[in-house]
Amino acid sequence: MSQEAVSAGDAQQAGWETIVNDWSADKATFRVPWGKAMMWIFLLSDTFIFTCFLTGYMNVRMSTTMPWPNPSEVFGLDVFGVSVPLLLIGIMTFDLITSSGTMALAVNFGYRRDRGRAAALMFLTAAFGAIFVGMQAFEWTKLITQEGIRPWGNPLGASQFGATFFMITGFHGLHVSAGVVYLSIVAMKVLRGDYEKKGYEIVEIAGLYWHFVDLVWVFIFAFFYLW
Amino acid sequence: MAADGQQHPLKIYFYIWGLLFLFSAASYGTDFLPHGNFRQGLILLFMILKAGFIVGIFMHMAWERLALIYAILGPPIVLLVLIGLMAIEGDYTELKRLDFFSPALVPAGHHAEHGAEAAH
Repeated sequence: MSQEAVSAGDAQQAGWETIVNDWSADKATFRVPWGKAMMWIFLLSDTFIFTCFLTGYMNVRMSTTMPWPNPSEVFGLDVFGVSVPLLLIGIMTFDLITSSGTMALAVNFGYRRDRGRAAALMFLTAAFGAIFVGMQAFEWTKLITQEGIRPWGNPLGASQFGATFFMITGFHGLHVSAGVVYLSIVAMKVLRGDYEKKGYEIVEIAGLYWHFVDLVWVFIFAFFYLW
Repeated sequence: MAADGQQHPLKIYFYIWGLLFLFSAASYGTDFLPHGNFRQGLILLFMILKAGFIVGIFMHMAWERLALIYAILGPPIVLLVLIGLMAIEGDYTELKRLDFFSPALVPAGHHAEHGAEAAH
């Protein structure tokens, strides 16, 4: 079948018909670069891991008979003597959203083969990621040294608070750290021109990972810090 | 489409970026509301809006073929079953703990009533 015939067939198909055809055709199911399909499948598995953590957190928070420490106060910061609730977490949220935007632009410039701008935006994204990890280190230090929060207990209430907090934000922070390294390596290779022949799908694939890290933070912010 | 990759006008990214900032600010704003169903509803609303725009536009899911969309977004639906089961389990565990492990939190005579019921 010629390429035109395939496209013409596509136009007539809708919904489930395209799915059945894509899955039953005697060729690759997903019409995307294999690296992109594999990244999506990896992110799917990561979704299950993070959901298991958050579900575990929900379960222990529901089942504990001790009062749950108020995140709004625990994560508040004093600014010139005025206590602002959740300030640090708010800044971290905006930092990640900003990095997601610069990443989306990097993908766009990559496909335009503007490799200077693509690499610069990727380095900028990695820098925002590094700032995020730095703020998280500050947050952890404050919680451990000033509030006395430990994975096995804390003076504010339910001991499960520390266990779930260090587990969930720690695993997320690990993802951000890995992302910073991953983005820096890919950005360096983009700048060097390693992808001039292969094409710049790699920027989009690295971007998928980065947006996912931001996505996970959206859920952690909602369920751990705001709930 | 796949051959050229995901090429879209820059305008749409700036627009979504702005929306994400707006929803983040609104999300942060819910922290100043009193605890309750209204606040939790807003938290969920802004969370879902942000997640949707990130996956749909920034991760380009809106422009992918259905075969990929369903393969990636379908499986997480089973997680709702896990969440539901663990919510039921959490409630049950709390009730049992109140019954057996926290005498200070249970009104005096509570256990005696249970004993009387058991005798029936």
